[in-house]
Amino acid sequence: MHYALLVMGAPYSHQAAHSALRFAQAIIRKGHHLDAVFFYHDGVHNASTLMSPPQDELHMRNTWVELHDAHGTRLEVCIAAALRRGLLDAQEAKRHAKTAHSLEAPFELTGLGQLLELQRQCDRLITFAP
Amino acid sequence: MTADLLVILRHGPYGSSWLREGLDISLVAAAFGQKVSLMFLGEGVLALMPGQVKGAPGQKATAPIIDMLTMYDIDRLLVCRDDLQRMGLQAEELCVAVEVISGENISAELTHHSNVLNF
Repeated sequence: MHYALLVMGAPYSHQAAHSALRFAQAIIRKGHHLDAVFFYHDGVHNASTLMSPPQDELHMRNTWVELHDAHGTRLEVCIAAALRRGLLDAQEAKRHAKTAHSLEAPFELTGLGQLLELQRQCDRLITFAP
Repeated sequence: MTADLLVILRHGPYGSSWLREGLDISLVAAAFGQKVSLMFLGEGVLALMPGQVKGAPGQKATAPIIDMLTMYDIDRLLVCRDDLQRMGLQAEELCVAVEVISGENISAELTHHSNVLNF
């Protein structure tokens, strides 16, 4: 079955993103396909390149990236929700005259239309929200 | 079962951005040609209060978006009867025309829609 996840919880604040990650790993183990994870609302913080948790804690961004590297899962971030929360890739940082950026590949800034497209294409879209 | 989208809104206009971001995707879906229904549950019914002004410092009001819904052909606004009563409101005093539904109708709507987003 083709799955997509909608993550709306910030890492380290709520369980939502952590549960989403475990769910992602479980469905892949069961032989399903996880097409994409879409980050919206406070979930966009999962994409922060600058995230620096203590070394003995799970690094959420890197774990999402491992999922992408191993299984080709796309990591899509709502651009409107991201920009107002300070999550900008190099291109957006330049456009807004910022001295730094905080979002990098394999995370991609994309529009809400992409979330609707995922909902249409996949057999299941599962929401994880606080 | 229809491919139409049901967006459930359970948060009031102030105190968080849940309502605003739920309305945002409703407008995008409508602009993409999807038939969108909104269901206001719990504190979400407060989104339909008349006479709203700007929110907490820096927060844009959501009431103008509610006023715009008909322009996007989003005209099916479902409100739970029990939640209206709990908030001491009557359907006639809300800022837009709504369809008042019972608790049983909620599960029927959920079954009817293949696409549901919950805010």
